[in-house]
Amino acid sequence: MRSQLTPAHAVSALLISLCAAVPYLASALDEPFYVIVFARIMVWAIAAISLNLIMGFGGMISFGHAVYLGIGGYAVGILAFHDITSAWIQLPVAMGLCAVVALVFGVICLRTRGIYFIMITLALAQMVFFLSVSAERYGSDDGLNILWRSEFGSGIIDLEDGAVMYYTIFAALLGCLLLQWRIVVSRFGMVLRASQSNDTRVQAVGIPTYRYRLAAFVIAGVMCGLAGFLQANLERFVSPDMMNWHRSGELILMTVLGGTATLFGPLVGAVVFLLLSEILSTITIHWHLVFGPFLILVVLFARGGVMGLLGSRAARD
Amino acid sequence: MTDGPRALHLEARGLHKRFGGLQAAADLSMRAQHGEIHAVIGPNGAGKTTLVHMLSGFLQPDSGSIVFGGDDITGLPAPGRVQRGLARSFQITSVFREFTVLENVVLPVQARQGHSFRFWRSAMRDPALTEPARVLLEKVGLGDRAATPAGHLAHGEQRQLEIAIALATHPSFLLLDEPMAGMGPEENRDLIDFLGGLKETHGMLLIEHDLDAVFALADRITVLVYGRAIASGRPDAIRQNSQVRAAYLGEAHV
Repeated sequence: MRSQLTPAHAVSALLISLCAAVPYLASALDEPFYVIVFARIMVWAIAAISLNLIMGFGGMISFGHAVYLGIGGYAVGILAFHDITSAWIQLPVAMGLCAVVALVFGVICLRTRGIYFIMITLALAQMVFFLSVSAERYGSDDGLNILWRSEFGSGIIDLEDGAVMYYTIFAALLGCLLLQWRIVVSRFGMVLRASQSNDTRVQAVGIPTYRYRLAAFVIAGVMCGLAGFLQANLERFVSPDMMNWHRSGELILMTVLGGTATLFGPLVGAVVFLLLSEILSTITIHWHLVFGPFLILVVLFARGGVMGLLGSRAARD
Repeated sequence: MTDGPRALHLEARGLHKRFGGLQAAADLSMRAQHGEIHAVIGPNGAGKTTLVHMLSGFLQPDSGSIVFGGDDITGLPAPGRVQRGLARSFQITSVFREFTVLENVVLPVQARQGHSFRFWRSAMRDPALTEPARVLLEKVGLGDRAATPAGHLAHGEQRQLEIAIALATHPSFLLLDEPMAGMGPEENRDLIDFLGGLKETHGMLLIEHDLDAVFALADRITVLVYGRAIASGRPDAIRQNSQVRAAYLGEAHV
């Protein structure tokens, strides 16, 4: 691996340090609000990392990726509704359900390419969205409040404690960044990246690519399910809005904004996207008028996103 | 998985393929021996690339069968054929442009070492992958270009890499679709020598427009016109064949 240091590395290291320090900075500055802002950012970053795995490194542009946020979230909400609050049940159910759904959706979607792939992922995700809207028992449109956060039962990980909740998310983010990195440089990642570049050629060297692309699709779904599990706990609330197609679109925007096919692009994108919308919305209620053109400019003139501008060489930085 | 080259013959039996009104293969039969270069020539649109697509598993024939090493592989998907030792190169250069030259060759090496469901260890730091890849790059003369992104190579070098990728799968039989396309005379000579040297250990089916290269290399030639094999035989016999002259070679070349 090339290991020259670029500004992209410096910014990535800075962001990780910032995420680690936010609870202290926030209490020092007496701005507790920023703890929840950064907790949200990190959850979105995990979801964006999972999307980057298939979109950035595998060329599979899923326009329905937020569906796994919703499934992961509802696994917590519905189980909690039935008084099952153990994380040791909720988390496996959330991730397992996402794995099954991603497997079924993947089998259907991966038969198509390009715009058809985008449209089918959207359509399948909308099916689940409308399922959640029609689930009257679980609040339909209004969503479902979660009275008790997931219980790990050990006394060490007590999510009811705000700081523990924050650092649990932070640890999950680090874990996902690490996993993404290892997957990308591994043999599996070689096949995934090569199939994005030239799928026919990969088959012509003797690798049946479909099963690898499907496996990546499932891994991404499970990772996004983890983000949904964390989001539901963080907000103590789930609603169909979690898997609205707007959310899927935002995930794509974050990833592109930060820089697709870079390891830290999704995190950078989540930070820029959510901070900017947070700040702009305090300045004017017409903040979308500023935000929209900004996104278009980035996509048009900085094709590698923020990480591209900072000199990241894509893929392995 | 192929551990090394084996003596396998490749046979097409009565292949038919039609694209709408175009007959790309009509009762096409041929047999390519191991240890020989079997060239397929013919005018544009004769169905040469279609033949390679069918032999390599990227197109299914409408009827007929393909036999490799005595086994019927007509229904076998492309990756499975490569695993049996039947590899191909592409007419339009088809390297992984964003990958380095070394990575381009590591992928096929990886492919022949079994499945790639390995999620943790870095592929490019695995000597079991990089060592054989480097040896092969030296062999094809790209040793000093290993760290260059493939998209930055000169055209001739990309053509070399194209063949290196096919060779890295350890094939016993190579399907070469116009390996000389767009190369200069000197590069051409080097490639002719290189392919001639592979003959000992590999069977080859060579599709080529450059007739000088064909007559320099081929042990056997099949002439395709409108999807039909109008002649097949030793180069001398093909040169003399009046049907071939009329259909394809033209007086100038004889």
